[in-house]
Amino acid sequence: MREPPLSDSYRYGPAYAKAFEDGTPVLAAPGSDAHLTERLLSPLWRGGAFWKIALVLTGGGALFFFATLLYTALTGIGVWGNNIPVGWAFAITNFVWWIGIGHAGTFISAVLLLLEQNWRNSINRLAEAMTLFAIINAAVFPVIHLGRPWFAYWIFPYPSTMGVWPNFRSALPWDAAAISTYFTVSLLFWYVGLLPDLAAARDHAPTPAKRRLYGIFALGWRGSGRAWKNWQMAYLLLGGLATPLVLSVHSVVSLDFAITQLPGWHSTIFPPYFVAGAIYSGFAMVLTLMLPMRRLYRLEDVITTRHLDAMAKLILVTGTVVYYTYAVELFVAWYTGNVFESQLFLWIRLAGPYAWSVWLTFALNFIVPNLMWFRAFRQRPVLLWIASVLVNVAMWFERFFLIITSQAQDFLPSSWDMYKPTYVDGAIFLGTFFLFLFLFFLFLRFVPFIPIAETKELKHTLEAERARLGER
Amino acid sequence: MRSGLLAEFDRPEVLVEAIRALRREGIAGLDAHLPYPLHEVLDALELPPSRVPCYALAGGIAGACYAYLLQWWTNGFDYALNVGGRPLGSVPAFIPPTFEGAVLLAAFGAVLSFLGLSKLPRLWNPVAEVPGFHRATSDRFFLAVDADAPGFDRTRAESILLARGALAITAFGLPEVPP
Repeated sequence: MREPPLSDSYRYGPAYAKAFEDGTPVLAAPGSDAHLTERLLSPLWRGGAFWKIALVLTGGGALFFFATLLYTALTGIGVWGNNIPVGWAFAITNFVWWIGIGHAGTFISAVLLLLEQNWRNSINRLAEAMTLFAIINAAVFPVIHLGRPWFAYWIFPYPSTMGVWPNFRSALPWDAAAISTYFTVSLLFWYVGLLPDLAAARDHAPTPAKRRLYGIFALGWRGSGRAWKNWQMAYLLLGGLATPLVLSVHSVVSLDFAITQLPGWHSTIFPPYFVAGAIYSGFAMVLTLMLPMRRLYRLEDVITTRHLDAMAKLILVTGTVVYYTYAVELFVAWYTGNVFESQLFLWIRLAGPYAWSVWLTFALNFIVPNLMWFRAFRQRPVLLWIASVLVNVAMWFERFFLIITSQAQDFLPSSWDMYKPTYVDGAIFLGTFFLFLFLFFLFLRFVPFIPIAETKELKHTLEAERARLGER
Repeated sequence: MRSGLLAEFDRPEVLVEAIRALRREGIAGLDAHLPYPLHEVLDALELPPSRVPCYALAGGIAGACYAYLLQWWTNGFDYALNVGGRPLGSVPAFIPPTFEGAVLLAAFGAVLSFLGLSKLPRLWNPVAEVPGFHRATSDRFFLAVDADAPGFDRTRAESILLARGALAITAFGLPEVPP
């Protein structure tokens, strides 16, 4: 028993030691590094009927999604339920919902990286993939919603023969810049993190064809010390760059609403409100995807109950922020005395024709996160999965009532109208799930979905820390 | 590194000791091949600090300037658009795309400089020809000694590596030594 030197105890305080020893470990995988590598790579080499069926079904669904988009583009958005005044309906609801879901992936991979939360190491790849696929789904809607989607490129500043440029004082070019940057940076971040694992896949591939395929994507990574040093720096910087994106992307999306004059939209609370809601729904989606996958691949020792617990707590935190915002919005609507604001918030939303969606959102978003106070909910996969699905339902309806009520009943009762989606609206929304699942299944089938190098690094850190604590 | 020695280790602590021993003997040109980043090994190699941040910073500044000037010139001069009598150079409205431009090019600066400084993509690497090197992405820790670096002495390096617990030492790109 010797006292650690002062610098050491400063660097690893008692809280640090406690974090390693308390409760379920963050990594409980037994066996050697080689065993862990082989085990985490094994899903890549295991095909089988299940995958064929899953990919054909979801791929067919994705084709169905493209068919609905094609139908919309060829016929015009008159096939949707949109009308005047409700010009932003299902399309923008789906857009905001999907893009919000992406935020948790960036939060896990970037913010938790900077905060040195080592539990992120085993789940960040999955969460980032979810981000990428969610952005792909989200990006469909602003484009198809234009009515003439083949002119979508007009939003980008290119020197055209028409001699005009986009108006950058509008929120629409901001949106295009924010989302294209978000997708590109997320993709770079994901790929840089993936490089060492693609190299591992190359080195352990059972057939020459697979070795070549993974070899091409591994870019010749040999894990050299110099490369690791640059890799660490690049990864950290990308984390630092993606962190403000977590806050900025949904802020920009919220500005699409906030800079309009409509009651219920024209509000400075929108950026933080949207960001909190985005992370909240994104964590729910991570759980929705991760829990079945964890069970399917028997990864309970790599994604332990500690991960579930931590994510459930984040749902509680962000859900509480969202609920606080609901309260502030209602209070401010009453307190300002603005007749249109108070009419919208206190009368139309709470008792109008769409009140059912408002109350559904309020109820689910209050009950579900608050169940996360209890360990029984945080650590039981089945209950947590049901809760995560309910959170996503609630968050979809939140965007629905937010978008619909403000337009349907704004200032002049003479211009009020009701909105009702058509079957095409529903089919497109359903189609996004097929595309999302198709991409996600492809990811699970062909990409090392648990970061192998980072998990081994975590294992090494934990072992070194245990040895150090035992020595003391 | 076209030729040299490659030593295999099964534990990072042993590798760190071997690196220190070689450096004490004045043998330079060391590089490790690791399955995951080990800060103790990277520290022992005493590599120069990564220059990735400089490129990321340059990218960020370039991106911000590009995005801001593009908006300022297009909306203020080339196609001056008067919306509701607001100033043509609308600084606050130009901030969101400026920020996005900075982040985008900083990310590209970081990734491209990481690849360039690490000499990636690379089609072929002589160390990959060494039998058993595929374990460098699994559970083994390799140390490469560059034959072209100053102070390289094959027999001395081999004996130090063996004494420090290397499991196997293989030459790559060097002539065969008669037994």
